[in-house]
Amino acid sequence: MAREVISTGNELASIAAIDAGARFFGGYPITPSSEVMHVASDLLPKVGGKFIQMEDEIAGISVALGASMSGVKSYTATSGPGISLKAEQIGLGFIAEVPLVIVNVMRGGPSTGLPTRVSQADIGQAQYPTHGDYASITLCAGSLTECYTQTVRAFNLAEKYMTPVFVLLDETIGHMHGKAVLPDLAEVEASIVNRAEFTGDAKDYKPYDAKMNEPAVLNPFFKGYRYHVTGLHHGVTGFPTEDAEQCEFNIERLVGKINTVAAENDGLDDEADYEEYMLDDADVCLIAYGSIGLGAYEAVQKLRAEGIKAGMFRPITLWPSPEKKIKEIGEKFGDKIFITELNMGQYSKEIERIIKRNDFTTLLKANGRPIAPAEMVEKVKGMM
Amino acid sequence: MAFNYDEYLRVDKMPTLWCWGCGDGVILKSVIRAIAKVGWNMDDVCVVSGIGCSGRFSSYINCNTVHTTHGRTVAYATGIKLANPDKKVIVVAGDGDGLAIGGNHTIHGCRRNIDLNFILINNFIYGLTNSQISPTTPQGMWCVSAKRGNIDPTFDGCKLAEGAGASFVARESMIDPKKLEKVLVAGFQHKGFSFIEVLSNCHVNLGRKNKMNSAMENLAWIDSITINKKKYDALSEEEQLNKLPTGVLRQVEQDEYCDLYNKVIEAAQSGGKITQDDFVKKI
Repeated sequence: MAREVISTGNELASIAAIDAGARFFGGYPITPSSEVMHVASDLLPKVGGKFIQMEDEIAGISVALGASMSGVKSYTATSGPGISLKAEQIGLGFIAEVPLVIVNVMRGGPSTGLPTRVSQADIGQAQYPTHGDYASITLCAGSLTECYTQTVRAFNLAEKYMTPVFVLLDETIGHMHGKAVLPDLAEVEASIVNRAEFTGDAKDYKPYDAKMNEPAVLNPFFKGYRYHVTGLHHGVTGFPTEDAEQCEFNIERLVGKINTVAAENDGLDDEADYEEYMLDDADVCLIAYGSIGLGAYEAVQKLRAEGIKAGMFRPITLWPSPEKKIKEIGEKFGDKIFITELNMGQYSKEIERIIKRNDFTTLLKANGRPIAPAEMVEKVKGMM
Repeated sequence: MAFNYDEYLRVDKMPTLWCWGCGDGVILKSVIRAIAKVGWNMDDVCVVSGIGCSGRFSSYINCNTVHTTHGRTVAYATGIKLANPDKKVIVVAGDGDGLAIGGNHTIHGCRRNIDLNFILINNFIYGLTNSQISPTTPQGMWCVSAKRGNIDPTFDGCKLAEGAGASFVARESMIDPKKLEKVLVAGFQHKGFSFIEVLSNCHVNLGRKNKMNSAMENLAWIDSITINKKKYDALSEEEQLNKLPTGVLRQVEQDEYCDLYNKVIEAAQSGGKITQDDFVKKI
């Protein structure tokens, strides 16, 4: 049975993590994400899991990566400055193929920026959080329910693709307190994906002997399957190498196991990568995500009340982009596309890249304040 | 019969990357003999290292091994240990790794007194990156990032570890592998954070530039600055100034972090709470 709860986005992300099988949290306090940690410290020991508040952001992710590579599902939570500090370890997660869920509750930046105010300016950072080549999986919650469901999904994707996965909340949705309808717990548990495990003779085990576009198979530690994990380029056994052919293959595989697979299968899994709201008969398409999507629902309704057939496209999977759908929208709506986001156009640039035009209208804000439906309505009316 | 290292080593990865005459190989063999002596099954052991010459340490040992990022070894190892409290975790870091870029994690690992076996290989220099000053490079020595001579005061890792709360602190050089093996065994058997500083040579990137052209000359210098703790304690303050005491410097029984965390689990599962009454030390 679906569950009705009253909670906040941050709390729901942590509850979801534990329901999805997480048994380890490592982190460091930072506004506006700290409640994710608070809930973890309360709930994890109840299920025999481990929680640790570390001495800094870098240690916060390092400890979680250590636990995860040993075989325990793990997560960390932070905000933009914390991601900046964690960047190098995120890279180790990518190259060593360590599953990890990283919740980023976005606030204004750069630097210390606007710690208590909302922003969506970390979506570019989520795509390329660290140096080198790799592909990122980034999910963006647009409701309290999605703070829960997208965190569960993030764990499943992390285990399936053997990679760090970002869950982006923003200050508004992270601190929003209200009713959320959560899926039935048995359903959630039935959906859980666990990383693949090699069960043959330990002598034959080669953790990184993966085919092109396939993830590594990393067995839990201490079970007789001995191997080496490194942030260096490595061959099939995990031992460092500088072999040019192997290094080329490694990078093509790291990018391909996410981007190529998502493009070929039209998504990373069976879950929705986006929401279409009243788009079928619409003449104008609003594009919004995260908490700004909440305002966009209302804007669509207000516009329709005034006789303008508006609809919304709300991406949930930000990276890799649902390109096929975005191309369709580009073709269907022409210049009647309106993009609104809390940054200087980070997602607008992605839309431009995909539809190869920039004749859309934008409403951008980067001052720590949300965007009111009335502002959207006014700007859309100007387009019509 | 001679000790057989093969079952503990990834023999197909030999020879090591370390320079001819480097002390790291002696330390590697001493660690292996100490593991054998305490009787650990290699399937229960994880070796975690950082970046630097010592970073390659983990890759040569045949068990679950992790080569982490620069300085973060203790943090990764804390995750591995806390998630698997009945397993044995050995951490290997260099002086730059463990005392400079990773100093914060070293401090807090000691403070938590989590049951890690932390081996700090101190060769007084950044060797892998070709001779830059580390927190242990003596003042007045020359290296490529101090071309007019090093003015930065040195750091005593053992004093740091004692101050930060490690319940086992020891120092030994690799000159006498038997003594080294002995402190490693004592550290491995100790429950809590074992901080073991091992002095080693880098004649290539420290020695050659500071009138110690060979491994032997570099080791002779290390020998001249070390003295057994008992003898050290008998010295005057002035005499102590240029000596580093060796042997077990501190060993106390202290709450171990994973044990304490088990109390958190008990409290959470019984609806209880840990209070100040549970601790002798209140502040």
